[in-house]
Amino acid sequence: MARTFSWRTFGATHGVTLRFVGLALASGVLILLPLFAGRSLLQDLFFVFTMLALAQYWNLLAGYAGLVSVGQQAFVGLGAYTLFAAVLMAGWDPLLGILAGGVVAGLLALPTALVVFRLRGAYFAIGTWVAAEVFRLVLAQIKTLGGGTGTSLGPDITNQMFGLKWIAATFGVRTPAARDIAVYWLALMLLLGTLALVYFLLRSRRGLALAAIRDSETAAVSLGVDSFRTRLIIYVIAAFGTGLVGALIYLQKARVSPDAAFSVLDWTAYVIFIVVIGGIGTIEGPIVGAIVLYFLQDYLAHFGTWYLITLGALAAVVMLVAPRGLWGYVVERFDVQVFRLRRRLPSR
Amino acid sequence: MNAWLLVWLDTIIQGVLLGGLYALYATGLSLIFGIMRLVNLAHGDLIVAAAYLILALSQFAGIDTIVAFAISLPLMFALGYLLQRYLLNRTLGEDILPPLLVTFGLSIVIQNALLQGFSADTRRLPIGGISGISVPLGGGIAAGVMPLLSLVAAIAVVFALNQLSYRTRLGRALRATSDDTETAQLMGINNKQIYAVAMGLALAVCAVAAFFLGSRSTFDPTTGPARLIYAFEAVIIGGLGSLWGTLAGGIVVGVAQTVGARINPEWQILSGHVAFLVVLILRPRGFFPRAFD
Repeated sequence: MARTFSWRTFGATHGVTLRFVGLALASGVLILLPLFAGRSLLQDLFFVFTMLALAQYWNLLAGYAGLVSVGQQAFVGLGAYTLFAAVLMAGWDPLLGILAGGVVAGLLALPTALVVFRLRGAYFAIGTWVAAEVFRLVLAQIKTLGGGTGTSLGPDITNQMFGLKWIAATFGVRTPAARDIAVYWLALMLLLGTLALVYFLLRSRRGLALAAIRDSETAAVSLGVDSFRTRLIIYVIAAFGTGLVGALIYLQKARVSPDAAFSVLDWTAYVIFIVVIGGIGTIEGPIVGAIVLYFLQDYLAHFGTWYLITLGALAAVVMLVAPRGLWGYVVERFDVQVFRLRRRLPSR
Repeated sequence: MNAWLLVWLDTIIQGVLLGGLYALYATGLSLIFGIMRLVNLAHGDLIVAAAYLILALSQFAGIDTIVAFAISLPLMFALGYLLQRYLLNRTLGEDILPPLLVTFGLSIVIQNALLQGFSADTRRLPIGGISGISVPLGGGIAAGVMPLLSLVAAIAVVFALNQLSYRTRLGRALRATSDDTETAQLMGINNKQIYAVAMGLALAVCAVAAFFLGSRSTFDPTTGPARLIYAFEAVIIGGLGSLWGTLAGGIVVGVAQTVGARINPEWQILSGHVAFLVVLILRPRGFFPRAFD
């Protein structure tokens, strides 16, 4: 791509301070929340933050790179199992184990991509699902990690996590409560890191290339965009992030099994519902979707099957009637953008 | 023949027979992909739904499973026709997201509706004494009548669909729409109607698959996704757009699974997937590709 033309991100010149202050304020409140919030609120927010982070990575794939995956549970499971292997077999600190979870998921995404990238469009989707099944079945064969029934992290191990004693002393709480605060902070950090990563990635040259591929692959390729490479990088980044989140989720659960960690319903279906209902192809959409899912879950989860029937039907209807989702409706109505990503050539 | 050879011969024969069942799962998927480039993520769940339909018909109407199966064929055709006409036709277009996400939503809806209606208990279609009968093939190898029938049914279904494609007016319209939708429309073919008929045919084949699924093994509301994956593997191995290729693909998956299971019972499903991945790496377009997409 020639460096001779420049672009400006649409609307980046006004309202910057306001939005920055708003985001900083919101982050500040969330960081300090454990000072006055109870355990159940922290646990609820842990769920919202981790699901939202997963949704951002899926959105990056499907909404920006045109890679509609129904196999992201592969990387949740790989992250989770790497954490358990690192802690149980190598005796690492869980914090280091989470990082390892992301790295292993990212590394294994490379050979996975080389196979599934041979399938285009809709067939890519089922291909990623097969890949996830392969990882699940292989991990079920590893007897030291519990085989098909899985394994757990005892409190003797999770209570030794780095920083837990400090939290317990500072907040004057017992260890289980300190663990809730620790995983809450980790989830918040991961979420903020994810939002920043996606935002700056999409504003970078790579993001411009992605938008170009999305709008017209032929035109983008003829201008020198390496479509395969760009998609590969996005796929690996999404796998890395998904692996980190997966490891964190299973540190909180402290029990892993192949069927749960590689569940297409828990780690892909809900994530797709969040993104589609909120609005695919925007950073704000999944945030809206995660909040909607949280309240739906609160009111409807005890209806069990009816809850899932509602969600599935809602996602299908949104896709048919308003494919830009709830946030798309807001944008159309009020023309707002929290994360400015639209570009235009500078006017003279 | 020595015993070792017989064991492997038996394994492969059982694999081919299992492959017949997988080909039945895959034919509907292959058909609709060939005609409208639609990948239906609810395909496996529709097969399981058809199995419950047969079960419900035979239980509530007190009729024989075979009769219930015969009644389910036009019912599934009608369901497919309506599903395509009023829901899936709206999703077709340049963008691949709507069809994928709508059928994914549909898959979750069907699974949970079945769970709500029939509970999570595993079921089986009662077919009487025939399920236990097997035919000796010599050398101590025997093949069950139902597995044999499922392979025969798979061959018959593929043969019938090919006859329909190449020898009837409807088939000509189907092929024309598949090759070039715009020109077919100019010639007076209503492509939405054609798509609806194709989905109807695909779901009628799902009913055949459901009959053999339910009478050969047990099923429950969560059985669908795995059927979708086997069907998908068969379609890709066989090559997109070729129904005979799909039959061959189903047999490859079936043989890979029984061979894997012979080595270690826990490897059955995994070795099917591995065979698929190997074919994908060596021959990304499958063995008998026809469609370019």
